[in-house]
Amino acid sequence: MADVRETKLPGVGVRHEFTTEDGANIGVLVHHDGRREILVYDSDDPDVCSSLVSLSAADTRTVSELLGASRVTEAVAAVQQEIEGLAIEWIELTPASPASDATIGDGMYRTKTGSSIVAVIRDGQSIPAPGPEFRLLAGDVIVAVGTTEGLAAMRELVRP
Amino acid sequence: MLIAAGSSDVALAFVEIGALVLGLALLSRLAGRFGITAIPLYLLAGLAMGEGGVVQLDVTLEFFEIAAEIGVLLLLFALGLEYSEGELRSGLRSGLSPGVIDMALNATPGVALGLILGWDPLAAVLLGGVTWITSSGVVSKVLSDLGRLGFRETPAVLNLLVIEDLAMAVYLPVVAALIVGGTVEATITSVAIALAAVTVILLGALRYGHRLSNLVAGGSDETFLLTVFGVTLLVAGVAQRLEVSGAIGAFLVGLALSGKAERRANQLISPLRDLFAAMFFLFFSFQIDPADLVAVLVPAIALAIVTVFTKVAAGWYAAGRMGVGPKARLRAGTVLIARGEFSIVIAALGSSLIDGPDLGALAAGYVLITAVVGPLASKFSDRIPIPRRLAGPQRLARGV
Repeated sequence: MADVRETKLPGVGVRHEFTTEDGANIGVLVHHDGRREILVYDSDDPDVCSSLVSLSAADTRTVSELLGASRVTEAVAAVQQEIEGLAIEWIELTPASPASDATIGDGMYRTKTGSSIVAVIRDGQSIPAPGPEFRLLAGDVIVAVGTTEGLAAMRELVRP
Repeated sequence: MLIAAGSSDVALAFVEIGALVLGLALLSRLAGRFGITAIPLYLLAGLAMGEGGVVQLDVTLEFFEIAAEIGVLLLLFALGLEYSEGELRSGLRSGLSPGVIDMALNATPGVALGLILGWDPLAAVLLGGVTWITSSGVVSKVLSDLGRLGFRETPAVLNLLVIEDLAMAVYLPVVAALIVGGTVEATITSVAIALAAVTVILLGALRYGHRLSNLVAGGSDETFLLTVFGVTLLVAGVAQRLEVSGAIGAFLVGLALSGKAERRANQLISPLRDLFAAMFFLFFSFQIDPADLVAVLVPAIALAIVTVFTKVAAGWYAAGRMGVGPKARLRAGTVLIARGEFSIVIAALGSSLIDGPDLGALAAGYVLITAVVGPLASKFSDRIPIPRRLAGPQRLARGV
């Protein structure tokens, strides 16, 4: 995932932005009242942007569904806000990963890293709360929750 | 019956209030059409009606007087409310040095002019406040109308407003205590009380704000509105009684609210604030003799010219620290030019001073100019040529 930069706008809300693989700068401005604006920065003058569209909270859910993000992400984000020090990580499994074609129980991730796999995203579908018998495949994206160190250990384990 | 059917006084009062408020509505619509704030138009309307003006009020003067007072309270309540604890913290971290430069550049011309005009030092300090504080109402309206909320210089602008807001938390109670005056000991005591109250409430709001807000945040909209409105007026009244100035009491109530209560109060109080604040602006200039305004017109224009440049410089500096280009720095400077509601509130605080009438007239003229020039300069900011010496070396394509 690209680096997402966060800027607080006092009295307005929070702006998140990142650079796409094509080099365009886009952002999302989340207003305090829940309204969201999608911003696209000018390629000639990076200080300037235009607001593509303004979305209500309900519109935002529609758009994120259309873009293929899962509801799990939102739920996990809510958990993260409540518990300080907890982080989430999305890790894609390559065919070479030792985790591919093995069950979650085999990997003993929780024992080794203290982090839990709370969901798996396969073919754009999210599978929440997979059990220890769940078999991971190459191309799966695992969603893990834990401390920053625990998640780093998790990445080490599943990435060859 | 509450209102006797044939009471001609009441009928006249309704007609006067209705006509005035309707007039304000028309002015607000007109201002919206030109993309400026309605405050200068309200001030002009008040001037036209006041002493030596064209229209006279008969029976509703008392009503407008109290409505104007409530308007001040609600404006300051909203100023205290405006930012959340997290925003105050991050604003303080990143905005302190722009804030100090902003104050030095913009309060100094006001203080200097006051002293040059031979006013008493306290009135001069108030004029410094008038020229210092940018109208956050105008800025947020201009930024969102022009679609600039996502622009890269905008955080610098908003952080500067946060710092000004925090500075007001110290400035207002101190000057208010000084205005009440009395013996030296009494003044020192009331300044100390005001500062202690601000410190306790600010720290309390930062630390226990959520719990405090949860206490009042529940209930229906109706309950909440009545609670907040009641508490604000009550605290203001008690503060006035203790000779701390009611406006400061209302400001502190706003500061103390945070989290959910803050958001709800913002939503529910702002229509009420808009109504009473409009009457305050009207009543403020209503008390100004147009002849006084004419007398201070030249100093007001001179002050506006100087502080347009000092404000642009402050914005230029603040935005420069974010690493944006010269055009963005100029946009940040121009959007900050407008002074508005709080400049008028500060001038109104000093109305009881010997130089009060002059201060009021000068502040009105000054706000009239900057509140019109600011949004216009901001709108056309990209067409203002920037001297090459200031523009600096041409930036290469900038990686972000």
